[in-house]
Order: sequence, then C-alpha cells, then structure tokens
Amino acid sequence: MVLILEVQDLHVSYSSSGGASYPALAGVSFQLMPNEILGVLGESGSGKSTLATSLLKLLPSNGNISKGSVFFEGKDLLRASAGELEQIRGKRLSLVYQEPSVALHPAIRAGEQVFQVLAAHESAGKSSLRKKTRQVLASLFPEEADRISNSYPHQLSGGQRQRVLIAQAIACGPSLLIADEPTASLDPTTQREILGVFHTLRDELGLAMIFITHNPALLAGFADRILVLYGGRVAELGPARTVLSSPKHPYTRALFQSMPQIFEDNSNGRKTKLPVIAGDFSAALVPREGCVFEPRCPERMEECRQREPTLVNLSESDTVSCFKYGG
Amino acid sequence: MQPFLKVEKLVKGYERKNVAGTREKLFALDGVSFAVAQGTTLAVVGESGSGKTTLGFCISCLEIPTSGNIWFEGRDIVALAEAERRQVRPRIQLIFQDPSNSLNPRWSVQEILLEPLTLQGNLEREETQQRAATLMAQVGLSSDMFQRLPAQLSGGQRQRLAIARALALEPKLLILDEVLSALDCSVQAQIANLLMELQRTLGMTYLFITHDLAMAAHLADEMVVMNRGRVVEQGPAQKVLRHPTEEITKQLLAAVPSLDSAALPPLES
Repeated sequence: MVLILEVQDLHVSYSSSGGASYPALAGVSFQLMPNEILGVLGESGSGKSTLATSLLKLLPSNGNISKGSVFFEGKDLLRASAGELEQIRGKRLSLVYQEPSVALHPAIRAGEQVFQVLAAHESAGKSSLRKKTRQVLASLFPEEADRISNSYPHQLSGGQRQRVLIAQAIACGPSLLIADEPTASLDPTTQREILGVFHTLRDELGLAMIFITHNPALLAGFADRILVLYGGRVAELGPARTVLSSPKHPYTRALFQSMPQIFEDNSNGRKTKLPVIAGDFSAALVPREGCVFEPRCPERMEECRQREPTLVNLSESDTVSCFKYGG
Repeated sequence: MQPFLKVEKLVKGYERKNVAGTREKLFALDGVSFAVAQGTTLAVVGESGSGKTTLGFCISCLEIPTSGNIWFEGRDIVALAEAERRQVRPRIQLIFQDPSNSLNPRWSVQEILLEPLTLQGNLEREETQQRAATLMAQVGLSSDMFQRLPAQLSGGQRQRLAIARALALEPKLLILDEVLSALDCSVQAQIANLLMELQRTLGMTYLFITHDLAMAAHLADEMVVMNRGRVVEQGPAQKVLRHPTEEITKQLLAAVPSLDSAALPPLES
C-alpha cells in the first residue's frame, strides 16, 4: 500500500533571542498509511506540538527545521514552495486546534467561518460553495445544521465548537487530519462524543489522522498505532493494543502506572500515593550524551549515561528506543 | 454537633433574557444538600454545566446563594454580614483549574505569595518572608524560584504555587475546582500526591470538583454526583462508583477514558 505520510529523521530547534538553539525534535521518523489513526502520546516538552506545526511548516519564526523530510502524498513538504504549501494546507492536509474557543473568530457566524475555508481553496461559485458549507455542517450536525450555521461561537457549547472546527478541517476533503489535543478542554462525555466523530469521519471519508494527546487513556479503542514521544525523540512506536497493554519503554510504563485506577482496592481504608515519575520534563531539555530519559528513569543502567539508544525493532510493527532491548 | 461543612437545600438562580426577551430564571443549583467531615475529601462530579463550579463559588463566599444554608465550623455563612464573611473567607480557599490564568503574569512568585500575607496585615515584614519560604517548601518548590514570573514555571510548578498561595492564610477548607485537569498525567500524579500529603499533615478538608472519575475515586472519601443543579447520588466514593443507581452516574462511568480498551463501549457519533 502507498504511504500517505513519511516523516524521516526530522530535526527541529528553536533559537532564543540570545542566539542559543534549543532542540525540540531530534530525529523523529514514522510512517502513516491511508485511513490510519496514529496516536501521538506526549507530555509538555515532548515536542508534540512542534511535530504538528512542523509537518505543516507552520513553525513560529524562531523555529528552524534543520534536517529531515516530510513526504506527504509523494511530495516533500519541507522543500515545497509557499504556493504549493498553500494548495496543500487546509485542503489536503488540515489541522484541528486544541482550544475551540480561541480557534474560532468570535464575531463571525459558524457557517460563514466554514464557508471562508471553502472559498479560500475552491473556485466554484458562491451558491455552490454555500450549498457545500451546508452539507459539511449537516454531516456534523445532522439535526440542527441551520441553527449552528447561524450561531456565533459563544452561543455554542464546547463540543459544538469543536465540531465546527472539524467541519472547517474536512470541508475541502483532505486526506490527512492533524488534531492537536482536540478534546483537552472537554468533559469526558463530550470527549467520547468527539472521538466518535473522528472515527466516523475516518470510516466515511477514508481520512488518515494524527491524533496528538497527553492522555493515553483517550487512545484506547481509538488509535490504530501509538507513537510515544519523549524529549523530542520516539520512545516507542507500535500497535495501540500492544503499547497500551504491554508498554515497553520505561517512560511509557512509568506514565501508565502513575494514572489512578477507578476501581481501587482501598479496602484497608488507607489512601495510597500514586507512583510518580521523579523530576520533570525540563531534564530532557539539557543537552546530554546519554538517553534523554535517563535522569528520570527508574530502570537506568550504566550505558544509558554514555550514549543515546537507537530504535530497536522488537517485531515487524513494534519499535522501542532503550538499551534494555539492545538499543 | 454540626459537621465541619454542611450544605442545606442550596439554591442559586441566575436571571437571563430568553430569545423572546422575557426574563427567565436559570437554576445552577437547585436544592443541593450534603455534609463533609473535617480532614476528609468530598468529590463533586458531574458533566459540564451541572453546577459544580457554582457550588464551589457559593461555598467560598464568591457568590451569594439565592436560598439555603452553608454551615461552616458551626456558623451559617450565608446569613453572615459582609464584615463577618470577610473573616470566614481566608478559612476557605479556592484553587482554579488553570494556574496560568489565576496567577498575575506580571508578579514574581514572591509577590504572589506575599500578597495574601500582607493583606491580612498581622505579620511583621520579616515574618511574611519566612512564611513565604515555608509555603514554598510545603508545596515542593525551591526558594530559588522567588524572583521568577509565572510564565517561567512549568504547569505543575504553577499549580504548586497556586496551592501555596491558597495555603498562605492557613485555611481549613480547600475547594479544588478541576485543579488537575489542565496538567500532564505524570504531573497530575505528583500534584495528587502533594494534596494527599497536605491533607495528612495539615488536616485539610477538600472539596474536589472534577469530571475525572478515576482521580475522584483515588482521592475522595465521599462523592456526590451532580446533574442539572441537583445532587442525584451520594455516598462513599467506591460505593457510588461500584454500585451506581442513577442513569447519569452510569453514563459518566461509561465515558471514563481507560487504558483498557476492552472495558469501553464502542465509539459512536
């Protein structure tokens, strides 16, 4: 099968006003098949949002892609001209932002905001674009497309605003959606509803998706594969079921263990502390010889301090970057 | 004897104009009653819009309820005159979800911590400095950070600072309104442990408002489930979660994200 996206050895850094350079991504590679949902799991400082924006070449002005390639539908986006990128962004490859209350214009009706996306990319006449706007909104709001279309963002709930953003993203029929924490500000019931919307879109429109989140539990039953990002590097990558049920990398394991279980055995009446990962992500930002996770790793060994592990293939579909597996 | 905190038939209505222009009353709280024992944690769970935050505002004296009583340390704080309420407010502190919005971005960590101490006005300058340093240690922050601005702290550090500021006036009750939801999972665990530690050492009582049922199960002794301004279910946290009787509780449980995908119902749109 032809890949829809192939990211190879992506290096991105940010420069500060003092001239120093801070690496955000250091050699990230992965592939995406059409119709596939890749969950990118990462916490603050992992480089997950840098990944989303660099794939679209939308980095802030102090961001610099120093190395690598991003082949999307056979074209290297990092070497595409501004004109070519304009044809791709929002049309073939679109981004769904985190905060629907900020991503929508507060003083323009929802329907008009979807219309503007279509008008920017398609040359058809106004009336046919209006018709298309209605169709797109109806696919996300089967029962109240007209009311939503005429509403301002503040008149909509968080879940409805997120659906409007999704409508904008799918309006031009993209083949790949990148969603950066799209459900972070929603309550669990609405979260599941929006995940359901993404699943339906994947099935009905044949979309591929990169779903970026800090919450591993959201990916269960949703993503096909999971890429765990730590300190700008791929910690592990594999089928969702394998990563969630038997994580390999010490970071992933420690992260899962730190999450509370809903049905706890506290029959002895005493509350227990959660097992935590010591320190914070800032340890990964200091350039070092060894593995980026070593300062916080509960399973560190001598060689972890000396050099960086490389990705090891555990099977055809699982890779992990850790010396415990040979790295 | 009255319990430490007892809420009785609490009602909070807001007036708004509907589409036709006529005034209508919207009840954010519609007869809420429960009690909390000192040194324990009560989790308040429910969907967005169920009245959780309004409840927190009423108990922390930021909103005045339409009717009902809030008994705190033996006094009905609803019936108090403003001057008396001022004396109660330091005893009940509220911590918000997003510390980047609830801390003044132009103030240093030190200024943020000193403000409640100076406003209270019964400590010497030297004592306030000492108290600020103690508070920092209590929440696991280093005093080296005194001169930093909130933007120079990580999300977890900012939430620690918000907790330290709330502790400054030695409150007895902390209202924690979604204090963990904006944080990374690994940081949530660290802050949750800090809250448990503070409860153990200071005998703090928590009202833990959240839509994260798993964290509520972990931290809470008792739990109330809210829906449309009413308490629909209450009891020991594990009992409510294991044997839910109300439909809304079952729905909330079904939506809990879990690492175990087999336990989840299939996704539908």
